[in-house]
Amino acid sequence: MRTRPLLALLAAGVLLAGCGGEGDAPAGEEEILTDPSGDAGLAGTLTVFAAASLTDVFTEVGDRLEQENPGLEVQLNVAGSAALAAQLEQGAPADVFAPADEAQMARVVDAGLATGPELFASNRLMLALPLDNPAGIEQPEQAGIPGIADLLVRDVTLAVCAPEVPCGAAAAEVLDRAGLSDVPDTYEDDVRAVLTKVLLGEVDAGLVYRTDVQTAGNDVVALAFREAEAARNRYPVAVLEEAPNREAAQAFVDLVLSDEGRQLVADAGFFEP
Amino acid sequence: MTLEASVAVRRGSLDLAVDLAVADGEVLAVLGPNGAGKSTLLRVLAGLLPPDGGRVAVDGTPWDDDGVHLPAHRRSLGMVFQDALLFPHLSVADNVGFGLRTRGVGRADRRAAADAWLGRVGLEGLGDRRPAELSGGQAQRAALARALVGAPALLLLDEPLSALDARTRLAVRAELRRHLGDFAGSTVLVTHDPVDAMALADRVVVVEDGRVVQTGTPDEVNRRPRTDYVARLAGLSLLAGTGQGRTVRLDGGGEVAVAEEAAGPVFAAVRPESVALYLSRPDGSPRNVWPARLVGATPHGATVRCELAGEVPLVADVTATAFAELGLVPGAEVWATVKASEVAVYRR
Amino acid sequence: MSRPREGARVPAPLLVPAALGVAFLVLPLVGLLVRAPWSSVGEQLAAPGVGQALRLSLVSATLATLLSLVLGVPLAWVLARSRMRGRSLLRALVTVPLVLPPVVGGVALFLVLGRQGIVGSWLDDAFGITIPFTTTAVVIAETFVAMPFLVVSVEGALRAADTRFEDVAATLGADRWTTFRRVTLPLVAPGVAAGAVLCWARALGEFGATITFAGNFPGTTQTMPLAVYLALQREPEAAIVLSLVLLAVSLATLLLLRDRWLGRAVP
Repeated sequence: MRTRPLLALLAAGVLLAGCGGEGDAPAGEEEILTDPSGDAGLAGTLTVFAAASLTDVFTEVGDRLEQENPGLEVQLNVAGSAALAAQLEQGAPADVFAPADEAQMARVVDAGLATGPELFASNRLMLALPLDNPAGIEQPEQAGIPGIADLLVRDVTLAVCAPEVPCGAAAAEVLDRAGLSDVPDTYEDDVRAVLTKVLLGEVDAGLVYRTDVQTAGNDVVALAFREAEAARNRYPVAVLEEAPNREAAQAFVDLVLSDEGRQLVADAGFFEP
Repeated sequence: MTLEASVAVRRGSLDLAVDLAVADGEVLAVLGPNGAGKSTLLRVLAGLLPPDGGRVAVDGTPWDDDGVHLPAHRRSLGMVFQDALLFPHLSVADNVGFGLRTRGVGRADRRAAADAWLGRVGLEGLGDRRPAELSGGQAQRAALARALVGAPALLLLDEPLSALDARTRLAVRAELRRHLGDFAGSTVLVTHDPVDAMALADRVVVVEDGRVVQTGTPDEVNRRPRTDYVARLAGLSLLAGTGQGRTVRLDGGGEVAVAEEAAGPVFAAVRPESVALYLSRPDGSPRNVWPARLVGATPHGATVRCELAGEVPLVADVTATAFAELGLVPGAEVWATVKASEVAVYRR
Repeated sequence: MSRPREGARVPAPLLVPAALGVAFLVLPLVGLLVRAPWSSVGEQLAAPGVGQALRLSLVSATLATLLSLVLGVPLAWVLARSRMRGRSLLRALVTVPLVLPPVVGGVALFLVLGRQGIVGSWLDDAFGITIPFTTTAVVIAETFVAMPFLVVSVEGALRAADTRFEDVAATLGADRWTTFRRVTLPLVAPGVAAGAVLCWARALGEFGATITFAGNFPGTTQTMPLAVYLALQREPEAAIVLSLVLLAVSLATLLLLRDRWLGRAVP
C-alpha cells in the first residue's frame, strides 16, 4: 500500500507543472438555489484570487454561482497568499481576494486595494504523520488534547511552513509557545510541500492545516494539539476596489458569507472564524 | 627487425588482402590510388584496427595472429601522418618527448633526447614553441622526430608529404630520405605520389582495389608498369597485346612494331617523350605511324603533355615551341610516330 | 591563428530580432536595478541570513560542479566514443533532467535517496545516513539538475575533437587511460570549461529540486534562490536586493574565469 500516496504525489507534481486552477463541475447534482440579490443574472468573467487551501471550497462556490448565472464565468487563481498579495500590489486585475490570514489582507487593504474584509472561516494546524509513523509519535495516555511538546517528546524530523507564509506564521507561533523553536528541520514554501514530505515518509511529522489532512484522507495520520487553537489563522474575503466585475464579486462574497456558503466551508474542514 | 604481414580486412566496399615483407633497414612504399586500402593497411600494421584475418609479425613476434592482437600502444612503432598532428596543447619538445614519457623516461632525459632529435631534423632551438607557431614543413619534421625518438622497430609513414606545398615537400623529402637511410628498423611508406616512392623506397608494392597488382624496385615498376594506374603515374602509355615476332597485336586493335622478338601476351610501354607529332603523314624511317586526335593538352614546364585518342591511345610530350608551331588545338587531327626501339616490351 | 577581422556587418534581417533578443534578456535586469531600494541596500545585506545563504549557494554550486565533472566527463566520453548499443537511449535519459520540472526531479530524488527511497533506505539501515534536509542533499539536487549541461557540452567537444590525435598517442605507447588524460582531456578542455561554467551557473540558480529534496533551513539548505523566493512572499524589495547580490557574484565569477581561460587559450 506504500505506493499509493507516492503515485498520488507524482500525479500532484504533474498537475503542479500544469496549474490546476479549474475545478470540476459537481457530478450532475441539481440544486435549487435562491438568488441572494434577486437580480436577473450576472454575466462576464469573475476573477477570484484565493489561498491555495481554499481551492476545493471556492471551486464549489464558483460552480454554484455559475449555475445560478449562466452568463457568468468564474476564474479561480489559487496560490500562496503572500504571492497573491504581491501580484495584487503589482496591479493584477482581480475581483475578489481571499488570503489565508489577516496579515496578507491587511497588506492589500493598507495599499488601498480593498476595504471592509469579512472573516468567514479559520483553520488550525495539526501534526500530520506518515502512515507507518517512523518516529513512533504517540498520543499520551492522559485525557484531553495534548500540548505539542507532549507529542514531540523525542528528536524527530519535522517539516513546517516558512514564516513568510501564513501556515508558517501559525507554525512559528505554535512552536514558540511550546518552546520548540529549534525543532524544525525544514521550512517549506507552502503547506502542500509539507504534506508532500509527510506523504513520502521523508519527515517524521509535519505541521499542516486540518483541511489538508482532510484532503489527504487516509494517507496520513493526524494528531490535534492544544496550541493550535490560539495560533489559528482566519480567512478574510473582500471585494477589490478596482474590481472589473464588482457586481459579481459582491455576489460571490455574499454567497461565501451566506449560510449555504458557511456550510460548504465547514464541510471542507474549516472552523468558524 | 623484419616485418612480415598478411592482412585481410573487409569493411563495407573495401576488401583488402595484402601480403608484405620488409627487411631490416628496408623502406617499402605502398603505392596506390585513393580508396585502394593503403591507409587501412597501415592502421592494421599500427594496431589501430584489428584485421579480420591474417598475421602481422615483427622479428618473429606476432602482433596480430589467431587470437592475438597487440594494441597499438604495446607495439614498438613510430607513425607519421599526412598532417603532422602535433598535440596543440604541448610544446614542440614535449611533443617529441611524448613517446618517452609514456615509457617512463624522466623529464630531463626526455628533454635532452627531444632536443637532440630536434637538432637532427633541423629544428634547433624551437623546442619551446607551440605547434601552431611552426610552419607546415617544420611541423612535419617535428612529427618525424616524435616518431623516431623511441627507436621503434617499425616506422609507418602515411602520406607524410602530401599536405606540404611543392617547395617544402622537396626539402622535407630530402630530409626524410636521409633519416630513412639511418633508420635501422623496417619502414612502410604509404603514398599515392610515385615521386615519393621513387625517391624514398627500396621496393614498391602497388595496391589497387585491395590487392597487390605489382611489386618490384621503383625502377622496375617505373619502367615496366603492369596496370594503367601505374603507367599513368610513371607517365607511360601502356598497351596490352600479343607478341608475334617483332610485332605486337594490340588487344584494342592496331599493332605496334618493336625492336625485340616477343611472343604471347605482353605489354608494350611507350614513354611520352618518344612520341613525335606531325600535321601530315610523315615519310621515312619510323615504323609506327598512327592517325590520332588531340583530346587534351596540359603544360608541364617547357613541354606540353598531349593526350591522343585513336586506335592506339597515347600520351605525347612536345616542346612548347613545337606545340605552338604546329598550331595544335584540342580536336586537331595529327599523326603520331614512335620508333620501334623506343617501345619497351615485357610479358604480361 | 586569430587575426583581427574586419567587423562583420550584420545582415538587416538579423539585426532587428537580435536587438529585440538583447532587449528581452537585458530589460528585466534593468528593471531589477531600477526598482532596487538603493537607500536600504546596506541594511538588507546586513541581515543575518544573507551572507549565510550566499556562502551556502557558492559552496554547494561549486561542489555540484566538481561532482558533475567527476561523473559527467567520463559519461560524456562514453556517449561520444563508445560503440555500445543503446547509446542514443542513454543520451536521451541523461538529458531528462533538462526537461523535467525540477520539482518533479526533487520528488524523484526522494524516491531513490530519501529515507524511504531505494538507495536511501539502505543507507539509513546500514550506516544511519539520511540525506534529505542536509547540505549534501542540496549538492545532490543541484548536480542532478545541472550535470546534463556539462555532459552535453563535453560530449559536443569530444565529438568535434580530432580522434587522430588519440591514434598518434597510441602509436607513441600511450594506453587509453594515458591518452585520455594527456591528450583527449587537454584537447577538449575549452568544452569542459564551458560546460563547467554552465553547470555552475545552473546549480547556483537551482530552486525547485533543492527546495523539494533538500528542504529549506537557514545555514544548511537555504540557498540564495530559496531565500529570494521566500523574501518575495513578504518583502519584494528584499528579494530584489538578494537577486542583485546573486547576479553580481555570478557575473563577477564568470567574467573572472572567462579572462583566465581566454588568457590561456590565446597564445
